[in-house]
Amino acid sequence: MPMCDIRLLPEMFLPGTLIGPFTQANKGMGGVCTFVGEVRPDSEVEALELSHYEPLTLPGMHALADRAFDRFTLMGLLMVHRVGMMRPGEPIVCVSAAALHRRDAIDAVDFCMDHLKSAAWFWKREKRADGWHWIEPREGDHRDLARWQN
Amino acid sequence: MLLGKLADLGGAPTLTLTAPLDWAGLRAALPPALAEAVDDPRNRVALNGALLADKAALQAADGDEIALLPPVSGG
Repeated sequence: MPMCDIRLLPEMFLPGTLIGPFTQANKGMGGVCTFVGEVRPDSEVEALELSHYEPLTLPGMHALADRAFDRFTLMGLLMVHRVGMMRPGEPIVCVSAAALHRRDAIDAVDFCMDHLKSAAWFWKREKRADGWHWIEPREGDHRDLARWQN
Repeated sequence: MLLGKLADLGGAPTLTLTAPLDWAGLRAALPPALAEAVDDPRNRVALNGALLADKAALQAADGDEIALLPPVSGG
């Protein structure tokens, strides 16, 4: 039975406290790949706020996990995303995949991250000295997503 | 429910409107700047958490939740 742990967290989290138990839970795996994203330090950005819409955001992450399981041979998948107010340097996302073979684990994390970065139901705004600014997806995010369209 | 920059146009993250509402009724009940913005095809609409394929077909009854969703910025 594959292990799938998908969460939205409203408070600051320590990735190690999630990755350790996740790795322990996947006995007999060949490898685990983990990506942790942090709010990038930027001298002009005081805070980042991520809003979501509960009925779409979490089900959307579960659907993404299902597609990752269909596409790659995985034993387990951990996908955790922050919502709410964050400061530069805080972790914002953690994706970890366990598999028998490294390529499945590495590619599954890459696949999930590209989709989370551009297609997941999140709205992001930054607080700068002159107030709040909504963030649009970067062109590069859409290019990254297009890599998986076949 | 107003998400992202649509909450700024609506002046609040939630608005309470009188049911029943179809698409024309919703547009008429919204602040003008928001009513104009929701016509943009990039802005999607969900009824009780389910995306509408055709937002003009909206039919909301008493107690329903309508969400106005601008393009996502991703995580």
